[in-house]
Amino acid sequence: MAGAGGGGNDIQWCFSQVKGAVDDDVAEADIISTVEFNHSGELLATGDKGGRVVIFQQEQENKTKSHSRGEYNVYSTFQSHEPEFDYLKSLEIEEKINKIRWLPQKNAAQFLLSTNDKTIKLWKISERDKRPEGYNLKEEDGRYRDPTTVTTLRVPVFRPMDLMVEASPRRIFANAHTYHINSISINSDYETYLSADDLRINLWHLEITDRSFNIVDIKPANMEELTEVITATEFHPNSCSTFVYSSSKGTIRLCDMRASALCDRHSKLFEEPEDPSNRSFFSEIISSISDVKFSHSGRYMMTRDYLSVKIWDLNMENRPVETYQVHEYLRSKLCSLYENDCIFDKFECCWNGSDSVVMTGSYNNFFRMFDRNTKRDITLEASRENNKPRTVLKPRKVCASGKRKKDEISVDSLDFNKKILHTAWHPKENIIAVATTNNLYIFQDKVN
Amino acid sequence: MEEEEGLHQLQLLDTMFVRGLKRKCFDGEEDIEGTLAGFKALPSYNLQRQSLLDMYLVKLQLCHMLVEPNLCRSVLIANTVRQIQEEMTQDGTWQMISTQSTGQTSLDRLVSTDILCRSSKEQVEGKLVQGYSSFPKDFEDTQSQESSEILSTVTSGQAPRSLQSNMWEIENPQENRGNFQKSLDQIFETLENKTPDSVEDLFSEVDNSYYDLDTVLTVMMGNTKMGHCDVLETFPSQAPTNSNSNCKSDLNELDHIVEILVES
Repeated sequence: MAGAGGGGNDIQWCFSQVKGAVDDDVAEADIISTVEFNHSGELLATGDKGGRVVIFQQEQENKTKSHSRGEYNVYSTFQSHEPEFDYLKSLEIEEKINKIRWLPQKNAAQFLLSTNDKTIKLWKISERDKRPEGYNLKEEDGRYRDPTTVTTLRVPVFRPMDLMVEASPRRIFANAHTYHINSISINSDYETYLSADDLRINLWHLEITDRSFNIVDIKPANMEELTEVITATEFHPNSCSTFVYSSSKGTIRLCDMRASALCDRHSKLFEEPEDPSNRSFFSEIISSISDVKFSHSGRYMMTRDYLSVKIWDLNMENRPVETYQVHEYLRSKLCSLYENDCIFDKFECCWNGSDSVVMTGSYNNFFRMFDRNTKRDITLEASRENNKPRTVLKPRKVCASGKRKKDEISVDSLDFNKKILHTAWHPKENIIAVATTNNLYIFQDKVN
Repeated sequence: MEEEEGLHQLQLLDTMFVRGLKRKCFDGEEDIEGTLAGFKALPSYNLQRQSLLDMYLVKLQLCHMLVEPNLCRSVLIANTVRQIQEEMTQDGTWQMISTQSTGQTSLDRLVSTDILCRSSKEQVEGKLVQGYSSFPKDFEDTQSQESSEILSTVTSGQAPRSLQSNMWEIENPQENRGNFQKSLDQIFETLENKTPDSVEDLFSEVDNSYYDLDTVLTVMMGNTKMGHCDVLETFPSQAPTNSNSNCKSDLNELDHIVEILVES
């Protein structure tokens, strides 16, 4: 199991591939909105603002090319969601894919859930590499034969054909969310899943589309009293009755579905007391949690707020066990970031396969990794400038104030339009997928 | 040019907020590192707070007509507005602002300027282009018979530019104290007319909230004349078609659907 490097050796990350348009003029529909590896890591799915899903497949390792792992190539592309119009409210429903979650593979086909603001869809992606030939009543081109011309009978056989990958929607889970869906999470029982919007969380069965159970509802009776919304939710990786949800006030609630049908009362509440010395008018906004992810072990969970990543031990509610500053130099720039709306950016975070390193994105196409064991961190950049395969990425550094050293970037030169919100880590290997606005970068560790 | 100035103002504001907020009792005579042209002394904490309040209120009103507003963002902004307001109430700043009778005609008051409640194409260039949410729109109005009284406006061609210039004004309080103070007076007057929980009013019965919006945005616009446009009303979507859903939510949904029917 690949970790952050045993024996004190740090990983050296190398550029592997980049997918997407080269030009700077970004088409709105091409903006990547979610990235997710499947359970084996062989498939990598991205969703974009135009409602499309693109799946890449890792090619089988070539014995002769032992210095690198397989490349990811396009496997399937399909239109998952279309724009809709809500006639009752006179509002458009965006087709942007908010989240993709893979189901574990049970047979030859692959299944994933993709969701926009209102509707979740279960897609089946299957391969077809054979087709039947030799029908008695049909010609090869499909035309029917006159039965009277048939003089002999034969048994149709399967013959190989060019690989065709088909995506078909198998279930559509609609009309259960008044507000915008922000997360979906598949249960470890592989039969049910959660979907959360700003105020409610629903539990679905994958086979049943016409009903769902509402298990969390934080909508106040009087909307004037609304002060908190749900920002993310996830099922525990091992315990099929446990899930967590995070809020805009920086709290995480852990709920047990066995306790009651409606999980409005949490079993645990994770909240760190505010640091009074850091208090400002922006304190609440930057404490809003944008992502929550359980570790693979299920012992820890990670939350991302605007400036930091926090690791929580599920057994301790009153404070996180680890806190990593992603871009503390932005604390003095919060007013500008509020003005240009960047303060509302929702960054995601992810664990590596062994739960020893966590990764999250930042601005200027920088992304950060924190090694929980060595306590070292690194800042890297996703840019086409280092686009030779196996080029080791150079660590970057942001200079907060004072004299700027050579190769450092000053805070004021950061490009806040280039943000990395979505990252994903291969479940087993040191391969990461990093999404800039409209490009997908794949990096691997250096293999000697 | 304006953008560079604007950036300058923002950097100034950042400095202001960093320093001001770390020291509650602020001494306006202090030096600051790095003088900026034309800037003599750091504004007071109160002024910082007021300018922030302005910004927050404007952001709250901006909305994107076609796509449903972002509830999380609205809630965060509204909470901060409430926080500022509470602080100001405690400070006694609230009472200090005298109510000016602005002599505005009722027509002026009744301008709903969801100025920016239009598609993003028509919105101001630069800082205000993003799709912002209008908090009140997202709320289910339990007394929606008043919604028919909501007035609407049409944005004149002038509107975006003057709004933008007003934004710059807000960011440069030193140079535009006059306008700024007047803007604030009008905001406070509106808010003061309500109960101490006036911020909540922003989310309550739609006509009141739009009234608040009106005044704020009128102020922002510098009394630009407005016309009419349709204000969208939001209602909850159909109840989920499942027998196992929460009965309470079913009833709520039903209530709202009945309201819609009754209204029309």
